[in-house]
Amino acid sequence: MIETKLGEFEEVILLLTGILGEEAYAFKIADEFESQTKRSVSIGAVHSSLTRLEEKGFLKSEMGKSTAERGGRRKRIYTLTAYGKKTLAAARDFRQSLWDQYPGFATSKLYVGFS
Amino acid sequence: MQTKATPPPLAQKLLTNFLRTDLVEEVHGDLEEKFHSDLKRTSILKAKLQYWYQAINYLRPFAIRKSTRHTNGYDMFQNYFKIGWRNILRTRGYSLINIGGLAIGMTVTMLIGLWIDDELSYDKYHENYSNLAQVMQNQTLNGITETEYSIPRPLEFALRTTYANDFKYLSMASWTHDHVISIGEKSITKSGNFFQSDFPEMISLRMIKGTRQNLKDPTSILLSASTAAALFGNAEPMNQSLSIGNRLDVKVTGVYEDLPYTTTFRDLDFIGSWELYASSESWVKNSTDNWGNNSFQLFVQTSPNSDMKSVSEKIKRVKYDNSKKEQPYNPEIFLHAMPDWHLKSSWKGGKNIGGRIQMVWMFGVIGTFVLLLACINFMNLSTARSEKRAKEVGIRMTMGSVRTQLINQFLSESSLVVMLAFIVAASLVALMLPWFNNLADKRIAVEWSNPFFWIISFSFILFTSLLAGSYPALYLSSFQPVKVLKGTFKMGRFTSLPRKAMVVVQFAVSISLIIGTIIVYQQIQFSKNRPVGYNREGVLMIQMRTPKFYGKFDLLRNELRNSGAVEEMSESSGPITGVWSNNSGFSWQGKDPNLQEEFATIWITHEYGKTFNWQIIAGRDISREFSTDSSAMLLNETALNYSGIKDPIGKEIKFDGRKLHIVGIVKDMIMGSPYKPVKQTVYILNYENVNWINLKLNPGKSTSESLSKVESIFKKQIPSTPFDYKFVDQEYSKKFDSEERVGKLASVFAVLAILISCLGLFGLASFVAEQRTKEIGIRKVLGASVATLWKMLSKDFVILVLLACVVSIPLAYYVLNNWLRSYEYHTEISWWIFVASVLGAVLITLFTVSYQAIRAALMNPVNSLKSE
Repeated sequence: MIETKLGEFEEVILLLTGILGEEAYAFKIADEFESQTKRSVSIGAVHSSLTRLEEKGFLKSEMGKSTAERGGRRKRIYTLTAYGKKTLAAARDFRQSLWDQYPGFATSKLYVGFS
Repeated sequence: MQTKATPPPLAQKLLTNFLRTDLVEEVHGDLEEKFHSDLKRTSILKAKLQYWYQAINYLRPFAIRKSTRHTNGYDMFQNYFKIGWRNILRTRGYSLINIGGLAIGMTVTMLIGLWIDDELSYDKYHENYSNLAQVMQNQTLNGITETEYSIPRPLEFALRTTYANDFKYLSMASWTHDHVISIGEKSITKSGNFFQSDFPEMISLRMIKGTRQNLKDPTSILLSASTAAALFGNAEPMNQSLSIGNRLDVKVTGVYEDLPYTTTFRDLDFIGSWELYASSESWVKNSTDNWGNNSFQLFVQTSPNSDMKSVSEKIKRVKYDNSKKEQPYNPEIFLHAMPDWHLKSSWKGGKNIGGRIQMVWMFGVIGTFVLLLACINFMNLSTARSEKRAKEVGIRMTMGSVRTQLINQFLSESSLVVMLAFIVAASLVALMLPWFNNLADKRIAVEWSNPFFWIISFSFILFTSLLAGSYPALYLSSFQPVKVLKGTFKMGRFTSLPRKAMVVVQFAVSISLIIGTIIVYQQIQFSKNRPVGYNREGVLMIQMRTPKFYGKFDLLRNELRNSGAVEEMSESSGPITGVWSNNSGFSWQGKDPNLQEEFATIWITHEYGKTFNWQIIAGRDISREFSTDSSAMLLNETALNYSGIKDPIGKEIKFDGRKLHIVGIVKDMIMGSPYKPVKQTVYILNYENVNWINLKLNPGKSTSESLSKVESIFKKQIPSTPFDYKFVDQEYSKKFDSEERVGKLASVFAVLAILISCLGLFGLASFVAEQRTKEIGIRKVLGASVATLWKMLSKDFVILVLLACVVSIPLAYYVLNNWLRSYEYHTEISWWIFVASVLGAVLITLFTVSYQAIRAALMNPVNSLKSE
């Protein structure tokens, strides 16, 4: 059995981190999460998740620049590690392989339906 | 108007207070950025609320700063357990002794605890437990007050009418014993009894089918679930017709859940109606107004608002006031409350003198002592080894440990050991429970899933940890760090004194237990060896449970004798292993007018004596050759002395309107309790008044062969009746069951106690040998022999054990002498028991200690002196 090692929330956070690139810090990620999923989340919850993902080695972080609206405080920018990227890809592939085996939505049929 | 909006300062302060320092900057930054971005969309208030919400959401384990004080306490405990664990592993031998000893002790204590819990739970199954009682009476005969469970029939009417307010329910009852129940050709033997209609309600019988009210119909019978299954299997039992003893026709109107093993009524396989029983027996009908016929039982449930004691006091004179004829016996009626049925059912002089409750106390004390022994082992070994840990204590103290911390440390170490011991003990209990149940005649099950059980277990662990750990903890934490670390710390001469005292206590307890066990066994053996006065081997008893047994005496006797399987057959009113009837109303010439006479009365047929090989010491046995023997009777020796008749043969005794004449005197036969003197007994020839068939099997043939022959004859002559028989020797040995059970349990506990004590001694001996290695080396170099060294090392322990003997012997003598006196027929405590136990204790001690002593004495002094 392939272990994705990722929960659904964690997977989304990882993807958002990748999407946001240079702008990936706790507040922005939480903000992006809310606007993309229409689910509310606290920054604390996101931060906690980020810390855990960093401990697992999917992310690394360093302190970035400060801005005025942050009261001159720096932000912690998170970036995906190679291992994180690999895990994300594995999670996607695993899910895809499951979908492929699922008879109700056989990909071939889907293609027929859409072509 | 434009004001500079800022995040709520209180929330910011809160964040700063609890956040990990390395997170403060980024989190404040993030939240402020969020605040400003919110401001663009919503009101200030909402943004502030949002800020609060976000701040509070940072109260997560990852973000919170660890409190330093909390951390230390936790870490210290972790450290204690770590050090404790390492200590256990480092000193495997001692740990094994410690944990093993404690585990054995805890197993014993847990088993005893379960046993006591079971004893105390008797009859609690009944919902009206605290309001139920049996009506009993005291009667005084020749100045001796006897307490009886049996009461006369009219008592019920008197209580029901005169004291209606005090009782909610009353129920007359016969006696619970075996009856033949048949349906068609199928019949089985089940024990049961007959009650009045409120009885099922009183004992809150749990009905599976039908209702408790169904007993109101006199022709109904309620069956226990297992009886119903035995009779009908899976078929519907309700409304089936049955017969009880082939005489009473009844219909099943209810099935109830089997009464649990821990109830007095556990043998009730069926419940019949009192009205039916009373109407079927003419003698019961005739005793409606007879205050003198004490043949029945009466159970009551007091009204909810009345007090058991005051009701008991109120009804005291009811029999006395109602019957002038009974007044010479001064009858006192009282209530025996259900909570006392099981534990307090011994009577002496009309007073309750306890009963099983004494056993509960005795085992409770034994359990506590065995646990104490195991704890003493722990204390002794920990303090004995304290010198090894003195440095650790010193270092801890100089590093800033206060005394309470050290006490905590040693207590947590002891709780670690106790916890391990508990795990071992719990598994041992689970393993041994079937064996224990068998030994103690119990059906105890451990309720592992019951939270209450775990609460008790946890408190037990805590209690044992404190008991075992407190002394070492206080002792070890009292060291002075300067002395310890400087190296001038030496145990004083008297530090081993408490240790020695504890060894004395251990052995005193063990030796007392051993003496106790020996004496219990002696008493059993003594009573077993008592001359019984009749032959028990190869004799069968068959109860005549249905009318089909009667009127077939000659037929059965001839056929059985002709088959060659049976040597002799007779009938009697009761079994030889019990006295079923006592009568007064005897008169003879020269009788003391003040004597309120009473005899055990046995009605027998001609060959009764031959069946049991009784011994005639004067006169002759009843014989078919004398036609005058139709009025013959025999007395036993005790009856002869009791009656005061001189030259008895041929003398006349009047009884029951008949003139009987004595033809012989029989040697005393033990029919009742083997611990009591034989009761004065008369044997009267009578072919009507018989309930039991006695068969003496042919000793020349194998028992199984004879049995099958006998069974086939019975099946032929008395069809559709189960062939139930009892062997006299087996019935007789049942009289010793309860004493033997106590003996076995006590011996198991005594052996375990001595084992625990020896484990401790072994540990101490090895410690002493280790401590004195150098001394032994020097002594050897100077020429000491192995024997001298062995003597030197063993002497100390032997002295302790001898001291324990001095303490325990008078104590054991006192307690056991009292116990023995509660038996009228008892053995004497002889001196050799004490000598044997002292010798035994010394031998065991020497054996335990010698292994270590000889090993130390054999060591090469070069090795022990080389290293310095």
